[in-house]
Amino acid sequence: MKRSKRIVTEATQTYSFSRRAWLLGTAQLGIGGLLAGRMGWLAVAQNDKYNALAEKNRVSLTKIPPRRGWIVDRHGTPIANNRTDFRVDIIPDRLEDPDRTLALLAQILQLPPEEVERIKIDLKGAAGFQPVQAAENIDWERFAAVSLRQPELPGIAPTRGFARHYPGGAAVAHLTGYVGTPTAEQYKATHDPLLVTPGFKIGKDGLEKMLEPQLRGTAGAKRVEVTARGKLVAELATRPDVPGRTQRLTIDAGLQDYAARRLGTNSGSVVVMDCNTGEILAMVSVPAYDPNSFSNGISHMEWQMLSENDHVPLMNKVTQGLYPPGSTVKPMNGLALLHAGVKTSDRVVCTGAMKVGTGIFHCHKKGGHGALDLKGAIEQSCDIYFYEMIRRHGYDAIAPIAREMGLGQKFDLPLATQRYGTVPDSAWKLRKYKSKWTVADGLNASIGQGYVLANPLQLAVMASRLASGKAVQPSLLADQVHRNPAPLPFPAEDLAVVRNAMFGVVNSGGTGGAARMYVPGVALAAKTGTAQVRRITMAERRAGVLKNGQLPFKLRDHALLIAFAPADNPKYAMGIALEHNGHTVRNLDAPLIGRDIMTYMFDKQRAMTSLGEMEPTWGGDIATRMAAEAAAYRAAHAPAPAAEATKTDATVPSDSDAVEAATSLANQTQAALANESAGDTVAEGGSTERSDDR
Amino acid sequence: MSRGGIVPEPIARLPWRVILLVVAIGTFGQVVLYSAAGGSLHPWALSQGLRFYVFVAGAIALSYVPERVWRAGAIPAYGGLVVLLVFVELLGAVRGGSQRWLDLGFIRLQPSELMKPAIVLACARFYDMLPAGETRRFSAIWPAALLIGVPAALIMKQPDLGTALMVCAGGATIMFLAGIPLRLFVGGGIGIAIAAPLAVNFLLHGYQRNRVLIFLDPESDPLGTGYHISQSKIAIGSGGIWGKGFLQGTQSHLDYLPEGHTDFVFATMAEEWGLIGGCLLIFAFLLVIRWGINVGQNAGTRFSRLTAAGLSTTIFFYVAINLAMVMGLAPVVGIPLPLVSFGSSAQMTVLLCLGILMSIDRENRRRVRW
Repeated sequence: MKRSKRIVTEATQTYSFSRRAWLLGTAQLGIGGLLAGRMGWLAVAQNDKYNALAEKNRVSLTKIPPRRGWIVDRHGTPIANNRTDFRVDIIPDRLEDPDRTLALLAQILQLPPEEVERIKIDLKGAAGFQPVQAAENIDWERFAAVSLRQPELPGIAPTRGFARHYPGGAAVAHLTGYVGTPTAEQYKATHDPLLVTPGFKIGKDGLEKMLEPQLRGTAGAKRVEVTARGKLVAELATRPDVPGRTQRLTIDAGLQDYAARRLGTNSGSVVVMDCNTGEILAMVSVPAYDPNSFSNGISHMEWQMLSENDHVPLMNKVTQGLYPPGSTVKPMNGLALLHAGVKTSDRVVCTGAMKVGTGIFHCHKKGGHGALDLKGAIEQSCDIYFYEMIRRHGYDAIAPIAREMGLGQKFDLPLATQRYGTVPDSAWKLRKYKSKWTVADGLNASIGQGYVLANPLQLAVMASRLASGKAVQPSLLADQVHRNPAPLPFPAEDLAVVRNAMFGVVNSGGTGGAARMYVPGVALAAKTGTAQVRRITMAERRAGVLKNGQLPFKLRDHALLIAFAPADNPKYAMGIALEHNGHTVRNLDAPLIGRDIMTYMFDKQRAMTSLGEMEPTWGGDIATRMAAEAAAYRAAHAPAPAAEATKTDATVPSDSDAVEAATSLANQTQAALANESAGDTVAEGGSTERSDDR
Repeated sequence: MSRGGIVPEPIARLPWRVILLVVAIGTFGQVVLYSAAGGSLHPWALSQGLRFYVFVAGAIALSYVPERVWRAGAIPAYGGLVVLLVFVELLGAVRGGSQRWLDLGFIRLQPSELMKPAIVLACARFYDMLPAGETRRFSAIWPAALLIGVPAALIMKQPDLGTALMVCAGGATIMFLAGIPLRLFVGGGIGIAIAAPLAVNFLLHGYQRNRVLIFLDPESDPLGTGYHISQSKIAIGSGGIWGKGFLQGTQSHLDYLPEGHTDFVFATMAEEWGLIGGCLLIFAFLLVIRWGINVGQNAGTRFSRLTAAGLSTTIFFYVAINLAMVMGLAPVVGIPLPLVSFGSSAQMTVLLCLGILMSIDRENRRRVRW
């Protein structure tokens, strides 16, 4: 082989060395060039990228949460505003020695042990970027103490921010919704750093959620130069925040508050509208949660209390509560019957019961009303009249008019969920149940039972349209009022007949006499309604129908009311639905509530005085009652372990999910109940539903 | 060299060009350390500077040592260092944990650091003794491989991957220059390419393996082990062409760049002096190394030829590995940038190399003159 033969001498060795040394030198030059090239690549070609990274290192951008836009009522009174809030947050990522830091913080802030325990649990659950609230709404002294000692408290961020404040408290809860810390999912979706800025909250429900883009504003930014260890070196320019835009509502804050208080211990809702423009003046659902405490994050116990309550305080009943409208549909039925050709003088004789096929349909008045014309039938709320008339003309003649009046309709409103119920007809039933429309279906629908379902907003719209004769569209935002609505396609005489009958309901011996107003020159026109949620068997009817007071809450009748005033020149209209009210307490029944709320529109003094007299009988105003309820609940549910007393922003997301879950559960229950009653109504002969006014 | 000027002859005869180049690099290093300390002589620039000029003086002094002394001392020095390496290892075993240095009271002696030039001298001495005809035999390979393998294994065990690699590379360079068949280097290269992944998986310590893996994908762990490389690249990349200006570097002054005064001093420099500063520094180092290779080319004996080229290449390895590391081209192995990084070990080693190189250079010129 060549290699073993080659003779190596000193001379060839020297030559080989100089060749290889030259090769080595060249290789070194090459590598030197490569390194210079690499450096050029980093420093020139990728200079922008690395400049940005260095800048990102150097400058710590702290977003300043924008002040949220106010929500004000039609007169400019704040419904939701911001108050200064001294708060202390913990940034888990920057915490160096959690135990020592927490102990020191607890000492400075005088935190109770269970709060410290709560913070520890939240810290464990919190993602690195998500701030955990240590304390909020603290006084200036403690805030100053934390600020002063911040250098020895890494990860602790004392911040002077703004907290959402709802002066109306629970009265506006379902209208405004509430705000809360964004969820981790929301952050992951957008990666907007504002979402993880301590103190920043977004709308979680109601108007706060729907108007979020307008209310949010633009974040400011505090730019500081920091070292790798987070030590502040210099303050750079700070950009102020741009507050969100103020949103003016059509709501009258005073009325809203009054209506909420006047509903008392009911589980119900009221909508008051300007019947000529459709402006919603009040939209109340009670009971409710306190949006102030919700926005701060509620305790586990508070949450449990709210979700266990059978009055469903977490549900906005105005838009999500569906009820059989009961007799409140009778004025609308009347209008439809006139439209179908019925004469105002046509009479039906009511004997108290009517046989249709194999079933017997009863009137709410046992002995019957005798012969009644349309006006009388509405005034007396006679069931037999409407059974008979609709048997003659068919419910398909009524359904289009019901829709025209707003039932089953969805409105263009900034509301997260609107459940819009049902106006049934033969085509609908065929589509939904694949079965034919029966006479019994029509009869049940004629008294607002059976398949008919409506929400209180629709009741108010129906009242407004009856009152004004215009196709008013409800509106909540002051700059989006649908002015100059088109007139409804009904002859003025027909509308007058119905309005007259509604006047009679209250003012001339009708079923709603209790609602008569005591304001000089202002008369209320109304129609009451009762919707039964249980089936009355023949046996029970024979033994005597059980009084509502004898029934458990969930089985009591719903009480409803539509009304407008002044009867001769309508300005305001309303719809009321009181779940399982059962007409058990006169002051808390729909007619008196309706009367007083309407009285407020014309004579505040009188309305306030009577409320002042009544309120103590049901346990005081809303805040007092909520506090008492909470205390009772706390007493009944032995001291919760500190671990459960979690009160933090960080847990609001889970709570809000639960709120949604509970709401939808409540909705389903509601719908199921409504459907049950519908099912019962068309049940086998011998048992009927009654729609009853007294 | 001019004779009979104002400058006395012994001084005029010094290789001034390379000394000035080295002093320029060292002084620039101190300027960078001054900036790294936030515009302060303390704690780095002043002590580094004082030590540097003392070592430069020492290197000049070493240049008067005749080449035969280096030749005679090569193997004993190597042997002594191997003993010290074993001693360090035992000390570590007794005390628990790893140890790399001996505390001699006035200085912390790191035998592995001195092994870098010692392996060059020892291998050069070996091939010097080897008859020319034996060069292409197996007997030319295994003793050298043993000479390299023993200290490399001891250093690897400390564990100090960077130094072990440099010892291997230094020895291999001498083998290459001595005329060992090229096939072996090509074959060895292929062998390493195959063995390296296996070694990474089975031989390296957890943190060493991590560093290698992070090097392959630094963005995978930007706040953990990859932090060094990421921040170093940010510093170099954000410096741009002209740099941010003296004392204006943010990465170093705000502590984002870790080890900004030691292993990552080049990044500190590049941030403030930009591509221009970086290229000048690289160019200066290449000039020094080229001078060293040329000293080897001109040397009269086989030992001095191999030693000069080998020591130059050792300096080159320092520079190249460090720069590749800070630019994200090599794993973080803990090799400082000689003459610039704060720390006495590498500074001393490199100036020792330069002293030996100057000694050989002096021999060369005497031979030329006479």
